[in-house]
Amino acid sequence: MGKLGSRLLAGPYIVWMVLFTIIPLCLVVYNAFTNSGGVFTLDNVLAIFDPVNLKPLWLSVKMSLIVTISCFLLAFPLAMVLWKYSKNKNSLIVMVFILPMWMNFMLRTLAWRLILLNNGFLNHGLALLGLNPIYLMNTKVAIILGTAYDYFPFMLLPIYNALVKIDRDVINAANDLGATGFVVLKRIILPLSLPGIVSGITMVLVPSVSEFVIADMLGGGKVYLIGNVIEQAFNSGYADVHLGSGLSLSLMGIIVISMLFYKFFDKGEERSGIW
Amino acid sequence: MRLVFIKKLIALILCIVCPFWLVSCGKSSAENAENQIIVFNYGDYIDRDVLDQFYEETGIKVVYEEFLTPEAMYTKYKNGTVKYDLICCSEYMLDKMIKDGEAKEVDFSSMKYTNNIGENFWQFAEKFDAGNKYTIPYFWGTVGILYNTEMIDTVPDSWSVLWDKNFKNNIIMQNSVRDSFIPPLILDGKSINTTDENTLRKALEKLKEQKSLVQSYLVDEVRDDMVNDQAALAVIYSGEASLANEYNENLEYVVPKEGSNIWMDSWIIPNGGSNYKGAVKFLDFLCRDDIAQKNFEYVYYSTPNEAVLKNIDEEEKEDDNAIFPDEDILERCEMFTYLGVEAEELYSRLWKELKVY
Repeated sequence: MGKLGSRLLAGPYIVWMVLFTIIPLCLVVYNAFTNSGGVFTLDNVLAIFDPVNLKPLWLSVKMSLIVTISCFLLAFPLAMVLWKYSKNKNSLIVMVFILPMWMNFMLRTLAWRLILLNNGFLNHGLALLGLNPIYLMNTKVAIILGTAYDYFPFMLLPIYNALVKIDRDVINAANDLGATGFVVLKRIILPLSLPGIVSGITMVLVPSVSEFVIADMLGGGKVYLIGNVIEQAFNSGYADVHLGSGLSLSLMGIIVISMLFYKFFDKGEERSGIW
Repeated sequence: MRLVFIKKLIALILCIVCPFWLVSCGKSSAENAENQIIVFNYGDYIDRDVLDQFYEETGIKVVYEEFLTPEAMYTKYKNGTVKYDLICCSEYMLDKMIKDGEAKEVDFSSMKYTNNIGENFWQFAEKFDAGNKYTIPYFWGTVGILYNTEMIDTVPDSWSVLWDKNFKNNIIMQNSVRDSFIPPLILDGKSINTTDENTLRKALEKLKEQKSLVQSYLVDEVRDDMVNDQAALAVIYSGEASLANEYNENLEYVVPKEGSNIWMDSWIIPNGGSNYKGAVKFLDFLCRDDIAQKNFEYVYYSTPNEAVLKNIDEEEKEDDNAIFPDEDILERCEMFTYLGVEAEELYSRLWKELKVY
């Protein structure tokens, strides 16, 4: 009886999965391996090696790595601070950092546009201080800033959740046995928070590789990432759905391979989700 | 125990009701086909009151949908999920649809107000709709340069100003393939409808050379950024230019002396539609003096409707050279035509090369 009930409840989700994940995925795979005549071809999947596509892919990978590393460098110390000063997960200080996530991310990115514009808030502020203006809008730096800002909570929360689970007695014990702060960090806190770090990295790196909206909004159309290439393939009227699918599939392949690589570190450990 | 029961009950009800609900939706829309038309148009490109007025007068309900670019429109239309009765789009896309045999001829005999559209606009429309069989002009305009008089002393009446190093980081280009190729092709003395690869490659080299001077490639934000004094120069559509001038009086519009592109947005009745009569009625309605006047005042793009034009006084016409261009400007301008699949692929490829450069 109980089993039947839970199956029934899972029903809508399964329908959802089939309609919006499985079927579209099958369509992508089908389109990737055929041309407009419906004949089997490998051209679309191999198109990723065309310099016109390889260059944006390389740029995407580079930029998402920078984003991930800067997110980690900012999030880890912050997570440590939060862990030290907050009594529990629901404390006010943690809320403050989750709060921006309640806003639509397009709006948040649009706000960055207003800040970074040539005569935006940033340069107004600099002018007030008597400093020279800086032109960040429509550069790679702007996109990296925007992406890092948007994905920051996805790095912070898994790390924080992993830290919260660490038994403070373990650290006290280490201190009693004469371990310095650095040794505690290196030999206890880092290894124990590794699952959180790994899931944080995955949650920032994977979506930011295929990011294209932020590049559109803050890059002024001057920076072209692999996400933009795929978007153009689907959205320009001479829509090459097959090329778009081929590129998406290759990108998916690359991501899956790197995920397997991460799984290697993650073996047997309990995963710390975002909440 | 009770909670579990309630949860199950809800799930059960959802499972039973959902399919019925979906079916009933499909049914009701089929029944309504006679009293409704589905219209697909650019964003913010009609006075919504007009739709209500049409319903009051004829009892035909207008289901209204909007799109951003002709390409996005075509993708969705081709998808076939929604059976559009009327589409308003740019000339080169209409050209493609007519050539592919995707449009129904307009039944002009049952329409009263099509005489309102000026003779020279029918002639322009011949470029993509030979014999004026399939389309009815809606709005038109030119492509030119919008400039900020505070930042530039002379009138930039040549496309070559877009390659002037003094305006580094002060130029906004259109973020669409064919529009961005207008300046280099015209400067080179070539047609904007060329499909010659060498000519296009040469134009691409010019654009690559220009990229370091360009502040950004935008579509909708061009107007806003110019209004906010972000840049000195921008390639822009005449209708947008006139609006920009309303918000910031330092902005002026010029059609470069070498010539430019003239564009036209027209209505077409696609094959898939289910209410042909309603669609023709709506088209006639749009040509009617008072309705065209309303739409003109709301959209404020150049109208081909003479009944509206004759009501506008000379002073207003002289005041706004973007919306009411001189006759001689039109002679310098060329209209886009559909170039075929091969040329489209070439353009798409060149565009990508510019973007990754």
